[in-house]
Parts: sequence; C-alpha cells; structure tokens
Amino acid sequence: MGPLIPLGIIDASWNNVFAILLGIAFGFILESSGFSSSRKLAGVFYGYDFTVLKVFMTAALTAAIGIYYFYFLGWIDISMIYVNPTYLGSAIVGGVIMGLGFIMGGYCPGTSYCGAAIGKIDAIVYSIAMMAGIFLFSEFYPLFENFYNSGYLGNVTVYDTLGISVSLFMIILVIISLAAFYATSFIKKLVKKVEY
Amino acid sequence: MKDKSKIYWNPYFGGVMLGLLLLVTFYITGRGLGASGAAKSGVVAAINKVAPEHAQESTYYSKFISDDNHPLNQWLVFEVIGILAGALLSGALSNRLKFKVEHSPKISSGRRLAFAAFGGLAFGIGSQFGRGCTSGAALSGMASLSLGGFVAMLSIFGSAYAFAYFFRKNWI
Repeated sequence: MGPLIPLGIIDASWNNVFAILLGIAFGFILESSGFSSSRKLAGVFYGYDFTVLKVFMTAALTAAIGIYYFYFLGWIDISMIYVNPTYLGSAIVGGVIMGLGFIMGGYCPGTSYCGAAIGKIDAIVYSIAMMAGIFLFSEFYPLFENFYNSGYLGNVTVYDTLGISVSLFMIILVIISLAAFYATSFIKKLVKKVEY
Repeated sequence: MKDKSKIYWNPYFGGVMLGLLLLVTFYITGRGLGASGAAKSGVVAAINKVAPEHAQESTYYSKFISDDNHPLNQWLVFEVIGILAGALLSGALSNRLKFKVEHSPKISSGRRLAFAAFGGLAFGIGSQFGRGCTSGAALSGMASLSLGGFVAMLSIFGSAYAFAYFFRKNWI
C-alpha cells in the first residue's frame, strides 16, 4: 500500500537515495525528449514545436489517472498524497512573472539543469541568474510578505473547487488535451518552419 | 554516420514515461518532483554560510534553516543531483554534449545570454511567489489535481503566451 515511505513500509532513510534515482530518471527523460534545448522549448509559444504541450499534458494526465487508479484498486492511501496548497494571489503573480522568465530565458529550472548538464552555456547562465532571482526575492521578502501569505484556500483539489466528481474532471481534462493535441497538427502547418 | 543529436523521443512517449515516473515518485514518497526548491536550498545554504546572522534574522531564509539539519540536506537537492546526471547520460548517449550558446541565427549569442540572464532572474523571483516552478507547482500539482497546480500551469503558460509577441525576435 502506498505511499511507501510515509506509511513506513520503506524506511525514511531511503528517501534521499530515491531522490537521486528518481532524479536521474527525470533528467534522462527530459533530455531525451528535447527539453535541454531552449529553442525547442520556446517553440510551443510560437507554434513551431509543440513538444512542451504534448509532454506536459500527457505526463500530468498519466500520473493523475495512475494515482486515482491505484486509489480505486486500493493500492494507495490517497489521504497521504501531497496536494500542494493554493495561495491564490501569490500563485497567479508568481505564474505571470515565471511566464515572462520562461519566454525571455527559454528555460524553466528543471530544463535549465538539463541544458546545463549537456553544456548549454545559456542554460548555465539561466540557472545562476535564477538563484540570483531567489536571492532578490528573499532580501525583499518583508515587502511582499503579506501578499505572499494571502489568498490561502487550503490544500484543495480542482474538482472539489468546481464541485464535480474526480472522474468527471479527468474525462473533461482528457478531452481538452486530446483536442489540443489534434489542434497542434493544424497549427504547425500554418506556421513557418524553424530549424534548430 | 547518422546524426543522433537531433533525434528526440516522440513527445507522447516522453510524456507517458514522465507520467509513470511521477506516479512512481508519488507512490514511493507521497510527493511529486520539483526543481526550483533545490536552487532555493542552494541560496539559503550560501547565505547562511556567508552571513549566518543575516540569514537567521531574515523572515524568509529563516524558514528554511534549522539547527539540526543542513539546508542542503533536502530531497530536492539530491533529486537535482540526479537530474544533472540523468541529463548528462542522455546527452552523452545522443551525442549532444557540447559547450555552446544555443541561439537563433537572427540574434547574437551575447543577446541570447543577456535574455537567459533576465529570464532566469525573473523566473527565480516568480518561483518564490509561486511556491514552485513548472515541475514542482504545475506538473506535480496537476498530477495531484491540486487547484494550486492548475493555477500555476495556466498562469505560467498564459503569461508566456501573452509576452511571446514582444520577444519573438529572439526565437523566430
């Protein structure tokens, strides 16, 4: 019955060992999918490469469906699965700033580590600058502290917020994703090809 | 000899693999993956080393400093060490290991590096407001169907799309 470490089925001292192993797989999968290339990543915003959309949505859905399937089968204690908390204002503002960072820098933290690992100097610069950004936020934190802690809605799920069942929510999500994947094939034909 | 370096996995295959990895991660640890948290731990550790009183007095750094645990002894820090190794391995197998500045031929590498710096800086700031990045807040959040996860995903991508027009010269 999962989750194995929180339930004590695997000793907590293994946590960091798993961190490394799971991280290796994460880096390998990202790099193999092309996420070490900023020009490939930026493609989703200009219509010349939809890898980001396809990988992201497929991964999120596979994991979400997998977790709930395990739950229906009695293989996982869903109450012990971490649902990250919502702080609405801070999350939105953070997202807007991150979006700007993404389109300017062509990376996000995880992908910048992958790019750096294969020698991309722009990824290395991005990663260092990212730490500088964290430093700036930390130094000026007292100015944002109230805003940062505002809009707390708890560790809520989307389906609870919408008032629908989890199954219905997943079906809707799958339909939207499939429609998006289908649409990308048309958009790509309309957009000028980019060699990278 | 075929050029392997431009051959990547089919994105749907990559997505399924990543989704299965996320599932295994939740199954073992009860939480998802992440990335920006490790950078934050790096910053906290560095400041705590160089200016410990400042770090311990500050409202933000002090949240992540404890007497009995080094700030770098965090799950995400070990995970990121793994990410670097895994990406290196994949890059090596695909002949993609090369020091270079990747940029559109229409701009100089200097310009690309300048934007990489500004972009990283912005993302670093945003990741703290957002309590995570695309991996930790958005991807893992969506896998657990959290409202925060979907809000993160929509605002990050919505914002990037909204700003895309202004930076198009750097990419296309």
